[in-house]
Amino acid sequence: MSALTVNALCKAFGGLHVTTDVNLNVEPGERRLIIGPNGAGKTTLFNLITGELTPDSGSIALFGRDITRVPSRRRPHMGMARTYQIITLFPHDTIIHNVSLALLGLSPLRWNPFIDMRRQGHIVEQAHEALKRVGLGHIAGRPLAQTSYGERRRVEIAMALAQNPKVLLLDEPFAGLSIDERRDVHQLLLGIPRDVTLVMIEHNMDVALEFAERITLLHFGEVIVEGTRAEVVADPRTREVYLGH
Amino acid sequence: MSGRVVALALAGAALVTLPYWIQGSYYINVSSQILFYAIFALGLNVLAGYGGLVSLGHAGLLGIVAYAVAYTLQAGLGHTIAILAALVIGLASMAVYAVLSLRATGIGFIMITLALGEIIWGLAYRWISITNGDNGINVRTRPEPFDLSLASPIAFYYACLIVFLVSLAMVTVFVRSPLGAALMGTRDQPRRMNALGYHVWAIRFWACIFSGLLTAISGILFVYYNQFISPQALDLTSSAEVLLMVIAGGAGSLLGPAVGAALVVVVKSVVSGFIERWNMLLGAIFVVIVIFMPEGLVPGTVRLWRLAWRKASAHASHETEPAASEAEAKQ
Repeated sequence: MSALTVNALCKAFGGLHVTTDVNLNVEPGERRLIIGPNGAGKTTLFNLITGELTPDSGSIALFGRDITRVPSRRRPHMGMARTYQIITLFPHDTIIHNVSLALLGLSPLRWNPFIDMRRQGHIVEQAHEALKRVGLGHIAGRPLAQTSYGERRRVEIAMALAQNPKVLLLDEPFAGLSIDERRDVHQLLLGIPRDVTLVMIEHNMDVALEFAERITLLHFGEVIVEGTRAEVVADPRTREVYLGH
Repeated sequence: MSGRVVALALAGAALVTLPYWIQGSYYINVSSQILFYAIFALGLNVLAGYGGLVSLGHAGLLGIVAYAVAYTLQAGLGHTIAILAALVIGLASMAVYAVLSLRATGIGFIMITLALGEIIWGLAYRWISITNGDNGINVRTRPEPFDLSLASPIAFYYACLIVFLVSLAMVTVFVRSPLGAALMGTRDQPRRMNALGYHVWAIRFWACIFSGLLTAISGILFVYYNQFISPQALDLTSSAEVLLMVIAGGAGSLLGPAVGAALVVVVKSVVSGFIERWNMLLGAIFVVIVIFMPEGLVPGTVRLWRLAWRKASAHASHETEPAASEAEAKQ
């Protein structure tokens, strides 16, 4: 059974067709890369998969279960997590509070108005663990406002990992990072166990190509090429669309 | 940290002993007003400060509760029933208010709540068979919990103080709870909260209900204090006034609303006795607050205090060992 299946998905904003008849089939444990020039509809595809946008037609299935009509807030509870291309964190709080919120989102405790959040030992422990995984354990108590851009990228990933997802959608995790930071994040992604299926959007070809097993090339909302890394790189349409010659 | 505890203990002691060092029932009554307006502001702060949902119709909700008490008493029922009925009616009204206004956020939310507040005011003004219109309804007696009469200013002050401290404790617990953290999360990043598995609408709805509970509590004290309710208490000015209390004191801070309530009530009822143009004075004070402490009096004072403390300890470190000042800064 596929981890993630997208079937004949369409979405238009007015007359602009941003997603046209897209089919995807991601196997459990796979590392899938989605590439395409600016405006190809990559992030829109993510927003459709996570339910932040509703498709005009088509369907989405998670481990064989149709989730097309499932509200986006329910999907994390079914094992789907994402990171954002534009960093979307809680700016007034500490790093550990950010990760705790991610953990709390999946816990029934999130409705509790009576207990002290900072005294929930298992949440704090798990948050620390998630931060250690991304190498931020030593600055867990630091306010987010005092962190670097690269650290915030890692907080994003820590929040997604803390939710223990089965399918993790990474929207340009290397965007805006320095070469050193890129290497750190790359190592971090390589360390994610195989029971997590990864789907990643990335522009940065050198890191991304190394990471991916299968690649899907989007152009004007359509899947142009799909196949193994070697197949897609060798395909003349990839050169034409993506590399421009 | 310890400085904060000392300051809070001093403030608590001052509130408890207030009738002994403030002479005259007039000033004790002003203190009672500050306390129930502070509860009102605490309620609005849950939404405006922690939830990022600015409501301009809260005086309408307070009015519904006050009318519920007055109407029930007028119908010949007892105080216990009147208070319980008012709480139920207040929470039910808040639920309707929330369902209607939570269709939007930001400016849209403000406009819907403004409209709802005005509708409630209009009803109070025109639905004469229930509200007695412009003439209002009198409340002849105050309740006597545990056979203690609340008729005297001092007794009523202590009743307000107890209810205020309980309300403050409720908000403190809420703000530190997971649901409180979730509410602040929906204020800062609603989209992210949704993607993390939170039901953003439901979190906001429960915040409205909690805000409604505090508003109802304040409304009950309000009507028993004045022993009278008329449409004037529900108008837009009243809604704006409590919002100004929250913003002046510090939206999203625990003690800000109480400080804001004290400021507005003192200027409105005490200073207005000496200065005819007290409205202008209040306006000038707000301008000064906005310029020097845009985050509000309480967070602003804390910020300036820390800055001064840091400067002082940095200055001291030139004379003593640097390690000592570092340890101080960490505290």
